[in-house]
Amino acid sequence: MRVGVFICHCGNNIAGTIDVARVAEETRKIPGVAYATTYMYTCSEPGQNEIKEAITREGLDRVVVAACSPRMHELTFRRTVEKAGLNRYFFEMANIREHISWIGENKDLNTLKATEAVRMAVAKVMQDKPLYSTSFKVNKRVLVIGGGVAGMQAALDCADGGLEVLLVEKSPSVGGMMARLDKTFPTIDCSICILGPKMVDVAQHDKITLHAYSEIEEIKGYVGNYQIKIRKKATYVDWSKCTGCGACMEKCPSKNSYDAFNFGVAPTRAINIPFPQAIPKKAKIDPNYCRQFVKGKCGVCAKICPTNAIDYEMKDEIITEDIGAIIVATGYSLIDMDKLPEYGGGRYPDVISGAQYERLLNASGPTSGHIVRPSDHMEPKTIAFISCAGSRDKSIGIPYCSNFCCMYIAKQAILTKDHIPDSQSYVFYMDIRSPGKGYDEFTRRAQEEYGAKYIRGRVSRIYPKGNKMVVRGSDTLLGAQVEVEADLVVLGTAVVSTPDAAHMAEKLHISYDTFGFYVESHPKLRPVETNTSGVFLAGACQGPKDIPASVGQGSAAASKVQALFSKDMLESDPAVARVNMNTCVGCLKCLKTCPFGAIKEKELRDGRVVADVIETVCAGCGVCTSTCPCGAIQLQHFTDNQLLAEVNAICRK
Amino acid sequence: MDTIFDDRHMNTINLSNDVDLDFIKQVVKESGENPSLCYQCGNCTAGCPYSHYFDYPVSQVMRLLQAGQKDTILNSKAIWLCATCETCTTRCPCDIDVAGIMDTLRIIARRENRVSEKDIKLFYDTFLNSMKQFGRIYEVGILLLYNLKSGHLLADAELGPKVMGHGKINFLPTKIKGADKVAQIFNRFQKKAKKHG
Amino acid sequence: MVETTYGYYAGCSLEGTAREYDQSLKAVLKTLEVDFREPDDWSCCGSTPAHTVDHVFAAALAARNLAIVEKTGLKTLITPCPSCMTAFKKAQHGMAKSDSFRQEVNELLDEPYECGVTAKSALQVIYEDVGIDAVAAKVTHTIPDLKVAPYYGCILNRPPEIAQFDDPENPVSMDKILAAAGVEVCDFAFKVECCGAAFGVPKRDMVNRLTYKVLTMAIDAGANCIAVACPLCQQNLDLRQEQVNSLTGSSFNIPVLYFSQIMGLAYGYSPEALAMDKVIVSADRFVRTRITVQQAREAKELQEQQAKAKGKSPKAAENKEETKSEEIE
Repeated sequence: MRVGVFICHCGNNIAGTIDVARVAEETRKIPGVAYATTYMYTCSEPGQNEIKEAITREGLDRVVVAACSPRMHELTFRRTVEKAGLNRYFFEMANIREHISWIGENKDLNTLKATEAVRMAVAKVMQDKPLYSTSFKVNKRVLVIGGGVAGMQAALDCADGGLEVLLVEKSPSVGGMMARLDKTFPTIDCSICILGPKMVDVAQHDKITLHAYSEIEEIKGYVGNYQIKIRKKATYVDWSKCTGCGACMEKCPSKNSYDAFNFGVAPTRAINIPFPQAIPKKAKIDPNYCRQFVKGKCGVCAKICPTNAIDYEMKDEIITEDIGAIIVATGYSLIDMDKLPEYGGGRYPDVISGAQYERLLNASGPTSGHIVRPSDHMEPKTIAFISCAGSRDKSIGIPYCSNFCCMYIAKQAILTKDHIPDSQSYVFYMDIRSPGKGYDEFTRRAQEEYGAKYIRGRVSRIYPKGNKMVVRGSDTLLGAQVEVEADLVVLGTAVVSTPDAAHMAEKLHISYDTFGFYVESHPKLRPVETNTSGVFLAGACQGPKDIPASVGQGSAAASKVQALFSKDMLESDPAVARVNMNTCVGCLKCLKTCPFGAIKEKELRDGRVVADVIETVCAGCGVCTSTCPCGAIQLQHFTDNQLLAEVNAICRK
Repeated sequence: MDTIFDDRHMNTINLSNDVDLDFIKQVVKESGENPSLCYQCGNCTAGCPYSHYFDYPVSQVMRLLQAGQKDTILNSKAIWLCATCETCTTRCPCDIDVAGIMDTLRIIARRENRVSEKDIKLFYDTFLNSMKQFGRIYEVGILLLYNLKSGHLLADAELGPKVMGHGKINFLPTKIKGADKVAQIFNRFQKKAKKHG
Repeated sequence: MVETTYGYYAGCSLEGTAREYDQSLKAVLKTLEVDFREPDDWSCCGSTPAHTVDHVFAAALAARNLAIVEKTGLKTLITPCPSCMTAFKKAQHGMAKSDSFRQEVNELLDEPYECGVTAKSALQVIYEDVGIDAVAAKVTHTIPDLKVAPYYGCILNRPPEIAQFDDPENPVSMDKILAAAGVEVCDFAFKVECCGAAFGVPKRDMVNRLTYKVLTMAIDAGANCIAVACPLCQQNLDLRQEQVNSLTGSSFNIPVLYFSQIMGLAYGYSPEALAMDKVIVSADRFVRTRITVQQAREAKELQEQQAKAKGKSPKAAENKEETKSEEIE
């Protein structure tokens, strides 16, 4: 065996606190090491060439690079050694930068530690076995979960690129949050007017199959080959017959149903079409409020429906589909106002959320676009907007900024002036975040042209006095406590992840952070990929963001899928678990502990039952290897012997 | 160093030189709180029922602390007028015990004999002396002594007949058996305080 | 769950200007079958003045009493005065959390305190341990026209980490206890707004103005009586009510009673037993109208019968039809 070791200076990053020459010198003493050298920037083109030349020149058959984290350049160097004719798994990286030079100041100790790290890597590489990928077919169909603007953009881009798309949306209509907005900043475009065409395209595109009022029940498989189950929830209306005429909605006697589309700011009927531009424009019954379901007698809608579409006996339907990639665009939710008891949202009717206010502003909303106080339906003349209602608040567990509230509050202040010319708006803020194109100018317009009074300070308490709400805040620029007696108070509530975000993540085997937002592969460089191959992210489910960013991510996710599907066959990662059938006793502990469901039972010809790994599903986590009581299942490239060799290298001098 | 707000005129504050870092460290140590957590949102000032009476609203006291302006803070009225009603602490989004910091500033001011609200300190001291003497407080004694010493001889005089008429007063103090034990706590504390300066 | 025996720390105010709180509370606790024992030779907890001097010193003054209670083997100390309760809770919190703090405090004491006693407000013990149902079970009388605004004061349940009781923004314990006692409760927005605390003597005007806000809010909510659970609040709102009127030109004349007095009235105690005469703004006009629950029920039945008789006229029948069609699900 002839191991070659290349120790990187990484400029001053490593060489600054490690004596790399000494490390090379010590490394040469290790039996099996045929060649050890240092290099300034090993990942550079000349650096890589140096490795290739050394392999040929020195007859090396294994390579160790001591440099940065393998997360940076493992792939780079694997390709390098492969180009020089070696199997890419005869390569190891010792992390002497993130693990050593970047965390210690003492050069002597660092150098000693680096020497040991290299010794470990050499011991491992000498135990490495060659591994070979297998290829598998790719099913070029993509599932998009979520029919908001990000999901729709992703679906359209994939479909325009010739791919078949399944779009699954859990509410009765596509459109997501954007469909519920009145106008969009900074152009004050009518939201549904600009979104509508996309919604129509999605419904009519011959490559997109839309499943509305449906949820993902189960996902099995691996990248390129998923089998999914979709639950089409019962609407109790046969959508193949429903024409969306709305007659049922007019006559339904149950008028106090919770209206999710309008954020509960006003009630709706038990059978309803969520909004006029809904796509699909079909009715659905909410069985919690429908008298037929709750009391057993009504049936008015069934009598009235001209196409006989009502079906009280309808059941959920489960359909199975095969797909190759998944784009998750499940969007966001807003914090419950009762988490902010000092503001009184939920207790006092005239304290509402920004989302509810948006529905009041909208001409197709419950008040036909007339801004009125929920308590007495009078027009408010003084409106107070409270920014950061829940955001940037460590004490309730939401330390982050919700990204777009500063902008929509400015928008709502402007629209309020349009609707009620003799109104006065007050905006309480801590900071104004307006980084996009035209954004800052827009917030200035609200103050300069539309007379909104911006007060720099948080609000401590909101309480009723007579028929007004007293907003007690501070103006820190004045250095005083201030009060505004408002007719209506609008809270810019914090963005939070959807209530079932964690549940969905578990179905998809993707990570989520403390707040329930999905985790991207790299916060800077890979914002739409996850660490699970085949699953991509788009939109606010990855973190609060505005419409242009969501649309951008939708297109980006689509392009990642296009790239994935550009080949007919994909290569599998061979560093997966493998079972030695001779030593496996068939206890199946590994099967039970595998988080990915990648292990199945297999009956051998002699009747013995053993475990068997489905290589394409295995994610290489190694839980099975540590679970197995007899070492029969081993994670390739991280076998017990390989890891123990590393341990022995530093524990036995 | 004079206060930065002499007669409410603002002079240039040299943030490189006129920031008392030791004072900040002392407050951090004694209060157990970290003033860098404060992002000056003003929520404390917004909720403080005593804001109108403070010379510096509480969020400004926090800012003065961040800026190490020891004299301004210790000479202020605000730290003496704070009632420790805990409104600020309860609502602070950064989980800072603001009332606790105000208390610590008041303790440091007392230690350095900087008392901008003499009546308030007098009331507290009269109360404590009564405690030291009797083990419990002698309400009538405190009120009379306070009026005498503060020069507000007729303060709350009209309440006298009311409380007497309704039988709410003890004319004589109650001295507990362990009054000397309570006094011992005072003495031990004073001895320790002298030792540590 | 009610404990076998509680400690009971009256505190200096309840011995003096707030004796009506002590008297009425003890009567109510007896009715509710709560057994309590006062610690022998207790001393002042230090209250507000002590914590302006030094935290270890203040904790020591408080902990002296906790140590006395700890020796008697009692685990929970009923502390009617929120200022005393906060002194005890802060001492306990600080000493339990930090070994060095506990050591420093114990160095000032004769007998060390080992953090075995929990101080609870009277409200907390009645609400959590005794329970609303037990409170309601003992009610024998009612005052029909009484509309009470429950005023908690600023430190009874704040800050939440120390007080660990009820909600710091919208507490409901007193509301529920009074409602269980058969009293009409007026929810108002200033339940925890500070009344001026201990500044009454040195800064009277400031206290009067803050008290003015609380009184106004309570009356705007429709109350004709205010219930309190703190001797300082009671003093500021009751004893100084006339001062508020002189300063602001208002004409408040609203009785401010301890919640235990109101409970005592519902339990049938005589006004003397509840020391009602010790309250400055008289509540006589309400006490006079007290009737038994039985009497109230009979009066209501009579009223209903009369209303029914009137309802048989054609005009009333018309009104009934209109309300039916407007009925929403």
